[in-house]
Amino acid sequence: MMVDVQKMEQLADNLAVQEEVQGRSLFADARRRFLKNKAAVVSLIILCAVLLFSIFGHMITAWSNEEIDWGILGQIAELGAPSIENGHYFGTDQLGRDLFARVVQGTQVSLMVGIVGALIAVVVGTLYGAIAGYTGGKVDNVMMRIVDILQSIPYMFVLILLLVVFGRSIFMLFVGIGLISWLDMSRIARGQTLTLKNKEFVEAAVATGVKPITIILRHIVPNLLGVVVVYSTLLVPQMILTESFISFLGLGVQEPNTSWGAMIAEGAGAMQYGTLWQLAFPMFFFIITLFSFFFIGDGLRDALDPKDR
Amino acid sequence: MLSYILRRVAIAIPTLLLLIIISFLLMHAAPGGPFTSERPLPPAVLANIEAKYGLNNPIYVQIINYIGGIITEFDFGPSFKYKDRSVNDIIAHGFPVTLTYGFLSFAVAVIVGGALGIAAALKQNSWLDYFAVGVSIGAQVLPNFVMAPILVLVFTLWLGWLPGGGWNDGQWNHLILPVIALSTSYMASVARLTRSSMLEVLHTNFIRTAMAKGLPYKVIIFKHALKPTLLPVMSYLGPAFVSMITGSVIIDMYFSTGGIGQFYVNSALNRDYAVMMGITILIGGLTILFNLIVDILYAWVDPKIRY
Repeated sequence: MMVDVQKMEQLADNLAVQEEVQGRSLFADARRRFLKNKAAVVSLIILCAVLLFSIFGHMITAWSNEEIDWGILGQIAELGAPSIENGHYFGTDQLGRDLFARVVQGTQVSLMVGIVGALIAVVVGTLYGAIAGYTGGKVDNVMMRIVDILQSIPYMFVLILLLVVFGRSIFMLFVGIGLISWLDMSRIARGQTLTLKNKEFVEAAVATGVKPITIILRHIVPNLLGVVVVYSTLLVPQMILTESFISFLGLGVQEPNTSWGAMIAEGAGAMQYGTLWQLAFPMFFFIITLFSFFFIGDGLRDALDPKDR
Repeated sequence: MLSYILRRVAIAIPTLLLLIIISFLLMHAAPGGPFTSERPLPPAVLANIEAKYGLNNPIYVQIINYIGGIITEFDFGPSFKYKDRSVNDIIAHGFPVTLTYGFLSFAVAVIVGGALGIAAALKQNSWLDYFAVGVSIGAQVLPNFVMAPILVLVFTLWLGWLPGGGWNDGQWNHLILPVIALSTSYMASVARLTRSSMLEVLHTNFIRTAMAKGLPYKVIIFKHALKPTLLPVMSYLGPAFVSMITGSVIIDMYFSTGGIGQFYVNSALNRDYAVMMGITILIGGLTILFNLIVDILYAWVDPKIRY
C-alpha cells in the first residue's frame, strides 16, 4: 500500500498546530436537521407572521375592536364586506364592528390561552413526573394512580362545570385548562426519568451527597428538555382546540373579549345572511396556526430524536 | 386474567366516585343556591324548599344520598330549572338521539378509517396512500366545530342537498351531516394509526416468512397481519370514544338535534347544576366503562401482555 507522504506530513502539521475539528453539539445537529425540513421551516415563518399579526395588527387598522361603524349597520351583507376603502380590511361582523380588529384580538386570546396552558402543563407535568419517577416505589405508585384516575374523567365536562360555577373568565379558563393539561406530560416525564435515574452522572451526584430535589432540578429536568420541547409544541394546538371548543359553545371567553372559537361560532351563525367573511377569516387563522404547530412539532421531533431518522 | 379484570374494576369504581364528589363539591361551591332569584323568598319558604330537596343536611349526607339515589334507583334528582321534569326525563329524552349518531360516527370512523389506513399501507406510495396521508393531516386541524359550519355551508346553503339541522326522528338525511362532522377527525386518526401500524407489521419477520413460503396474499393480510395491526388502533378507541362524546355536545348544539349536549349547554347557561351534574356523571360513567372494556379486550387479544 502506497503511503501518500505529502498528505501524511500535512496531517502531521495539522496535528502539530492542533487544528481542531469543529464538533457539532446536539442542538447544532438538531437545528441543522430542523432547517432541512421544509414544511417545518415554512410553518415557523407562518407562525411568526401570525404572532406579529396578533401583536402589531391593531396598529394597522383605524378601527378598534369595540367600535361600531354606524354607517353600515343594518346593511352588513351589502356594505360590510372586506374592502380597503372604508378601512375594514376583513369586513365587519353583524354588529358593525371591524372584523380585522376582532380577529387580532381573538388571535391574541387564543394564542395566549394556548401558550400559557402549555406552559402550566410543562412546568407542573415535568416536575410531577420527574419527582414520581425519581422517587420511585410507593410514592411513584400513588402519584401515578392519581394521574390514572384524573385521566379517565371526561375533563371537558368538568372544565365547563368549573367555568359555570366560578364565572366565565380568561383566568378561570387558564386554571381549568392548567388543571387537566399536565397529566400526559407527567407520564412522559416520568418515563424518561426512569431511564435517566440509573445513569452514571446521577449516581455520581448521589454519591457526592447532593439532595434529591437538587438532583431532579439540576440533573434530571435539563435532560428531559428535548422531549418536553417536542411535546409542548404539540400541546399548544391542543390547548387552542380546547379553548376554541368551549368558546364555540359560548361558555368560554365573554364579550367584549373574543377568541377564534367564539368568532367561528359567530360566523357560523351569521353565514346564512351572506356574510361569509365572518366565518372565513377566523377559520383561516385557526387552521393555519394549528397546521403550523403540528408541522413544527413533527419537525422538532424528527430533529431532536436522532434514533428515529 | 381474572385478577387483572378485578384490579381494573377496582380502579374504575373510585374514579367514578371521585367524579361524582368533584362535581358535587363544585356545584356546592357555586355562589348562590339554585333557588336564589331576583325576588328573595321568605326564609320560611326557602327553608321548606331546602328541606324538600334535602339541602339542609350536612354536605356529606347530601353526597351519600345523591350517590345512593344513583346506585339504587338510577335517579339523578330533579332539575332545578324545569320544575316539571327530572334529570332522568331529560336524559331519557336526549340520550337516545346522541347515542344514535354517536354510534354511527364511531362505526364510520373505525370502519372507514381502518379500511383507508390498511389500503394506504398495502399500496404504499401510491395515489391512494398520498390521499390517505393528506386527509389525515388535513383532518387534524378540522375539528368538529370547524367541520360542521363548512358542511352546512356547502351542502345546505350552496347545494341545498341536505338539511342543516333538526332531528326529525332520526330520518337518514338528517343524520348525514352530523355523522360526517363528528367522525372526520377520528377517522383520520384511525387511518393514520392503522397505516403506520400495518406498515410496521408488514416489515416483521413472520410476514416475510409467510410470503416466502408462498401463502396467498389475502391470507397473509387478513389472517396474519390484521390482528397485530389492529392492536395499537384498539388502544386509541378509548380516548377516541371520550372525545367523540365530548364532541357530540358541539354537534347537538350546532345541528339542534335535541340530544343531551344541547340540554347540557343550555343548563350550563342557565346554571341548572342538577342537569349538568347528571349529564357529567352519566358521561363519566360511560367513559370509565368503555375504557374498562377496551383495556380488558386489549389484554385478552394481545398474548404479549400479561398483567
